[in-house]
Amino acid sequence: MTNPIRVALAGNPNTGKSTLFNALTGLRQHTGNWAGKTVSLAEGKVQYKGKTYSFIDLPGTYSLFSNSTDEEVARNYIVFEKPDVTLVVLDATSLERNFNLALQVLEMTTNVIVCINLIDEAEKKGIKINERILTNKLGVPVIKLSARNKVGFDLLLDTIERIANGTIECKPTLMTYSDEIEEQIYKIEPYIRGMIGDRLSSRWVSLRLLDGDEKLLNEINKRLRLEEVKITDEYSTAIL
Amino acid sequence: MHTTNRLTLYQGKKGDFIRITDIFLEGVMRRRLLDLGFVPGAIIEVLKKSPLGDPIAFRVSQTTIALRKEESSKIEGELISNDKSN
Repeated sequence: MTNPIRVALAGNPNTGKSTLFNALTGLRQHTGNWAGKTVSLAEGKVQYKGKTYSFIDLPGTYSLFSNSTDEEVARNYIVFEKPDVTLVVLDATSLERNFNLALQVLEMTTNVIVCINLIDEAEKKGIKINERILTNKLGVPVIKLSARNKVGFDLLLDTIERIANGTIECKPTLMTYSDEIEEQIYKIEPYIRGMIGDRLSSRWVSLRLLDGDEKLLNEINKRLRLEEVKITDEYSTAIL
Repeated sequence: MHTTNRLTLYQGKKGDFIRITDIFLEGVMRRRLLDLGFVPGAIIEVLKKSPLGDPIAFRVSQTTIALRKEESSKIEGELISNDKSN
């Protein structure tokens, strides 16, 4: 038995994330408690073409900057539990708002599929979405779905498998910030990479530290054994 | 006569469409408002005011969100139009 492919579902509230989760996993889902957290995440397994997929339904959030427990649970799962693939479920009728979360996830982790759900609703409203242009712009697969009508599931499961086995390589497009911020990232990122290795995205951690995210810092200290970095003058000036 | 019509969201009247230019808030509240769609460039509609004028409901990227005076008076923009006038 090989390990199941772990797939996390992230998304804004009311994007049909749980509908997708239930439709994919049938009635076999159960809730599980993850270490150190009292908030439970639903997990469900499904067999497809001889592979086992384990789906984890994260709390629905507008953001992942850990302003609330929900956001913290979802964020910690994505960055520390490292699912094989993270699905970001977006509401096709409200993409502008939904892309905020999608872009945050693309900064945190590499293996992402953007699922544009409620595509039938959008078409009724005359909204046309070109997923190929979006795929090119975002650097990760973009798939149109209707979770309610089970449209797009085969393509979704095949894409998950091809990301997990390395056939598809995700290269998320990174946001470029103002010169001032980019300069700071350039200064501190090498040191952060030295401490955390490639366990987390060093660029993302740099950004969070520049934003003063102490909760993340505590979480890193709790979960990761940091490599020692030689304290040099350059290091001190970079950190200050 | 095209004078730029600057106002805070709090000063908006029912039916006004306002394009956000500045958010004079910091920290978690700023972050939260940005996450909800109150971003510079976004066009917000003033939907309705409660009897005492606070809070006020706004339409922001297809969702209704009510803000207290404390927040809506610190978000500035330009008046684009009022739906009753066109």
